[in-house]
Amino acid sequence: MTLEKPLTKDIPQDGRGLDLEGYQRADGYQALRKALRNMTPQKVQEEVKDSGLRGRGGAGFSTGTKWSFTPMGADAPRPKYVIANADEMEPGTFKDRYLMEGNPHGLIEGMILAGYANQSDVAYIFVRGEYKLSQERLARALAEAYSAGYLGKKILDSDYSLEMYLHVSAGRYMCGEETGLLNALEGKRANPRAKPPFPPVSGLFGKPTIVNNVETLANVPHIINHGAAWFQSLSRTKDAGTKLYGASGKVKRPGLWELPMGSTMREVVEDHAGGMLDGLRFRGALPGGASTDFLTEQHLDVPLDFTEVQKVGSRLGTGTMVVLDDQTCPVGMTRNLIHFFAQESCGWCTPCWSGLNWAEQILDALEDGGGKPGDMEKLEFQTKFWDPSHTFCALAPGAAEPLQSALKYFHEDFERHITEKGCPFRS
Amino acid sequence: MGTIYIDGKPYDADPKQDLLVACLSRGFNLPYFCWHPALGSVGACRQCAVKHFKDEKDTKGKIVMACMTPAKEETRISIDDPEAVAFRAAIVEGMMLNHPHDCPVCDVGGECHLQDMTVMTGHDYRRTRFKKRTFRNQYLGPFLSHEMNRCIQCYRCVRFYREYAGGHDFNVFSISNTVYFGRYEDGVLENEFTGNLVEVCPTGVFTDATLRRHYTRKWDLRMAPSICGHCGAGCNTTIGERYGLLRRVLTRFNSEVNGYFLCDRGRYGYEFVNSEHRIRTARLDGQSISTDEAERKLKSLVSGGKAIGIGSPRASLEANFALRRLVGKDRFFAGVDDNQWRMITTMLEILRAGPARSPSLHDIELSDAVLILGEDVTNSAPRMGLSLRQSVRQQGFAIAQKLKIPLWMDDAVREAAQDAKSPLFIAAPGATRLDDVATTTYRAAPVDVARLGFAVAHEIDPAAPEVSNLAEEMRDLARIIANALKSAKRPLVISGLSCRSDAVIQSAANVAKALCDGGRPSALSFVAPECNSFGLALMDPKPLSEAFRMAEDGDAETLIILENDLYRRVPPKGVDGFLQSARHVVVLDHLTNDTTEKAELLLPAGTLAESDGTLVSSEGRAQRFFSVFAQQDEVRESWRWLGDPAWTTLDELLAAMAEALPRLAPAVQAAPSSKFRMAGAKIPREPIRFSGLTSITANISVVEPKPPDDPDSALAYSMEGTSDQPPGALQPFFWSPGWNSIQAVNKFQAGIGGALRGGDPGVRLFQPTQRGVYFATIPAAFARRDAEWLVVPMEHIFGSEELTLSAPAIAELVPAPCLAVSVEDAARLQASAGQEVEIELNGARFRLPLKVQPELPPGIAGLVAGLPPARGAALPAWCRILKTV
Repeated sequence: MTLEKPLTKDIPQDGRGLDLEGYQRADGYQALRKALRNMTPQKVQEEVKDSGLRGRGGAGFSTGTKWSFTPMGADAPRPKYVIANADEMEPGTFKDRYLMEGNPHGLIEGMILAGYANQSDVAYIFVRGEYKLSQERLARALAEAYSAGYLGKKILDSDYSLEMYLHVSAGRYMCGEETGLLNALEGKRANPRAKPPFPPVSGLFGKPTIVNNVETLANVPHIINHGAAWFQSLSRTKDAGTKLYGASGKVKRPGLWELPMGSTMREVVEDHAGGMLDGLRFRGALPGGASTDFLTEQHLDVPLDFTEVQKVGSRLGTGTMVVLDDQTCPVGMTRNLIHFFAQESCGWCTPCWSGLNWAEQILDALEDGGGKPGDMEKLEFQTKFWDPSHTFCALAPGAAEPLQSALKYFHEDFERHITEKGCPFRS
Repeated sequence: MGTIYIDGKPYDADPKQDLLVACLSRGFNLPYFCWHPALGSVGACRQCAVKHFKDEKDTKGKIVMACMTPAKEETRISIDDPEAVAFRAAIVEGMMLNHPHDCPVCDVGGECHLQDMTVMTGHDYRRTRFKKRTFRNQYLGPFLSHEMNRCIQCYRCVRFYREYAGGHDFNVFSISNTVYFGRYEDGVLENEFTGNLVEVCPTGVFTDATLRRHYTRKWDLRMAPSICGHCGAGCNTTIGERYGLLRRVLTRFNSEVNGYFLCDRGRYGYEFVNSEHRIRTARLDGQSISTDEAERKLKSLVSGGKAIGIGSPRASLEANFALRRLVGKDRFFAGVDDNQWRMITTMLEILRAGPARSPSLHDIELSDAVLILGEDVTNSAPRMGLSLRQSVRQQGFAIAQKLKIPLWMDDAVREAAQDAKSPLFIAAPGATRLDDVATTTYRAAPVDVARLGFAVAHEIDPAAPEVSNLAEEMRDLARIIANALKSAKRPLVISGLSCRSDAVIQSAANVAKALCDGGRPSALSFVAPECNSFGLALMDPKPLSEAFRMAEDGDAETLIILENDLYRRVPPKGVDGFLQSARHVVVLDHLTNDTTEKAELLLPAGTLAESDGTLVSSEGRAQRFFSVFAQQDEVRESWRWLGDPAWTTLDELLAAMAEALPRLAPAVQAAPSSKFRMAGAKIPREPIRFSGLTSITANISVVEPKPPDDPDSALAYSMEGTSDQPPGALQPFFWSPGWNSIQAVNKFQAGIGGALRGGDPGVRLFQPTQRGVYFATIPAAFARRDAEWLVVPMEHIFGSEELTLSAPAIAELVPAPCLAVSVEDAARLQASAGQEVEIELNGARFRLPLKVQPELPPGIAGLVAGLPPARGAALPAWCRILKTV
């Protein structure tokens, strides 16, 4: 049943990327032909909306709904933009890289379809600076797509034209935030922007802009080819499609697998990642990257989709989990995460730039034996201080998630750091 | 107006505003940092959090930032909600993690917005035990001290500097809690408005480096409302004094004039008042004499009736009127050269006749299409330049409105607007500091600037005279400009004296008239070169050349020269002859200069800081300034030296002036009279915390002196009096309980950012009443000469104004004299930048280095106005470049 893995089925297992010829052999660009010949932009939007596709960057917002905010028609401001957010920098996440390296045309076709659906004029792939191989393969794929007439003026002799550029990020976590990305692309500091106005209204250079994650866009050709109902049928739950799940940490086979949406953590860790390394026990996991709450053993059978994970107090996020074992210090792991978030704060809003650095100082003290009674309360306080209604963007609220859940599930470990004046895992 | 509910009670609120403005306008104390009334909302600091409820039934609510939330009809919020209160305290706590506890040695201690907001939120206990982050500070030039450790990352400085003031050499660097605001390397900040960072910064990162040299706390300053005397814009200032030194200048908010900002010349020029070159006693033939002797001497010198008076465009109406009355109106002369005089009079006549109205700086900001003819406004009237820089945003506002983005949402508006700018056309002989926001610049000789203006007028209204032999590209440009002005709602034409060209002024008048006649109410602004150019002109003085002739004819036995260095006005030969031809020369001034050197009787005249008086700005607004010094030494107001002994107070002088010159009568109303009282008392110049009252003169006598009397104004040299809000013209300082910083101005406005309660100070002296006539004398196009260059004066913010040259901080930034020529001409001369050249100008020879200015058209050369050799020279004039050295 190859259809169950639409995103990855055609990616060669030998590490070579799929070139245009290979992609076309695997029905590549058929969805584009279909859309340009037989579907209006509105129809493409509707199909995607009906499919139930939700954003794979972590927020899980309905892609079709996002597209429906784009002003259409002759009066719409021009140029309109479509952007692939390929600035994959969420710690523990490496799914978009796999798609870009393995099947760059899949992303490009998805973007052209998104462009057509929103009548965009210009497209950018905003790719993480460190993703050298992705950049090379995307650049080659773009050249191939141009010479084959899939990009540029009058694509496949239709009335639709789209110019697509590869933009390599200068590299900061904030560049992956939707509006920080837009600022970065404009050559400004990658600070987030206030919303509203949302990018479909005033985005890149103040013009209507759609920003979608790589995995999200890569799903679009398949939805157009096979239809919304098919896409829904791929999932085990209400959230449609397949999902790239990953696992890192001390498991036997860290990796990435395309599975039906709603697969469980147990399946990912035990069946696909081969379980924990010998002698270690599973203690918990961040289900979808650094900015999601820890889940523990009791959650191993929760279906991993946007809705169900939220019910147990975490988020699906990027779907690539970081596994914590019983011999790794959860406080040290949390400190490492908070260090990352503190370092990557853009410095715009006070709860974020001040609070994250303070939290890091407290966690450093805990780890280095300088913890004091009251420190946990201060950390607790900070996690509430970083509430989404308090901050300008989702960075600090994201940082709050691992910290607040660590304080909840690994309370004793924190306390021992204070009473034993240092990290008990190090002795 | 709609209704919003704050903690359960209904209040009026404008739905077009944000909730922070709505709350502050209703008098609530809601703390904030990143928001600034002139800069709008960006939502960075999160300090103005309130609880927002969906509807009446919602009891849980959600924290929102007031500055980022519209004050929509039926909005329900709570300021007192415990969660919101705790959150606001936590924000200050976050800022205080790194803010040094150095208030006692910080220059803004006692007038710090961060201190005020900290107290307001109730944060008072430090819960962190970790080290603070620290920075290296930068040298930013003579105006600002930099102390980055105090930074709370509100981003106001960079938003003001780059986005509002258009500066490029200042930015925000790094991220997280090490965000750094400064230059890419140490160096003098390039912008003309850097001093505003002192007021824009909510704490002590940017402080006044000149104040630091003679530091005084705000509460220890005696303060007075003043008017800046260093250009014609008429900015309102608050000046502060202690121990006989003028300590600093701050912005005095006036929504129609300067709003929240000043230029650096206006803020830092004050130090000339403390100069060692001040004339502090009367002198007869160089020897100090007593005031009584000086008065007797003056009386004897004018008693014969053969005295003539030379007025001054930098002296008050009162000083000029006192002189005019003393010598008689037919013996009262304009203290500027005849050409300038004629041009100022023409400008005034055009504005008084109409049809175009002279705009306030606020009106200028709202203009949606502007044509500037012959002025580099940022250098000739700097604060007006800042208003023009805002005017080009009108186009962006329209785009934002179309996208339903509220205009207070500053970042979003700028994002939507991108590079969209309303039309701004600048025609001038050289580069101007607004070129970066101009739609098109046209660089040409003054006559060609005028021809363009005339051509634009003709394009708008065929009845306006046509320009003959007009080059096609110029006609195209004129058409583009005409169309832009015609399709604007609030078009504006600006010109002035910088080109020293009647034709340029007349062409501007034609454009404005053409627009008005076509039903588009254009504004017309003429940049008055000095702080009271228009005030002097309204007194109908005679041209200076007639004074020269009179003296030559022996009809002027005594010359009385009021606050005027004639060597800056006309070539030295003329002044020498003039001064020699009179038997007696009386000079009143503040600083020694070439003219005071020639005085037989020299009288120490009070500066604006030591005087009461009235100035008339470019707008035609008469504004009163008040002394901050109780009388010291022998320094007196010029009008007191010269005035009718029957005038015991300023009020009587003003009454006499109104009677003699009815057109100046409204100026009497520029401020309440000396009789004005609030709660039976005068308005104190000193804050209630003013310290040292009993010790300030204890080195002289331990007896506490009676507060000095001030018969001329309703202000007192005292800390006693009412704390109620006085009329705007009498506002000595902005201070309100809990609001110790300059941001206390919030508490004095009818609505945030709007007029002061009771109205902004100042009265307009004229309104257009007639339809005007077209000027029809159109000059021929510029013809460059083979071996000669037409020298035009180029205004410079630092250097072109006389008094501020004696302010040490400004003196550091005065450009070195040079002759600017185009690239082509430099090549023709086979000379490179910096090379010395010898020039012959008006018969005199000078040596000075060459400056290559690519923006200059070939055949034109530029000299910095006010500095040698342009100082006193009749310009424009043809010069020869004799040789390169």
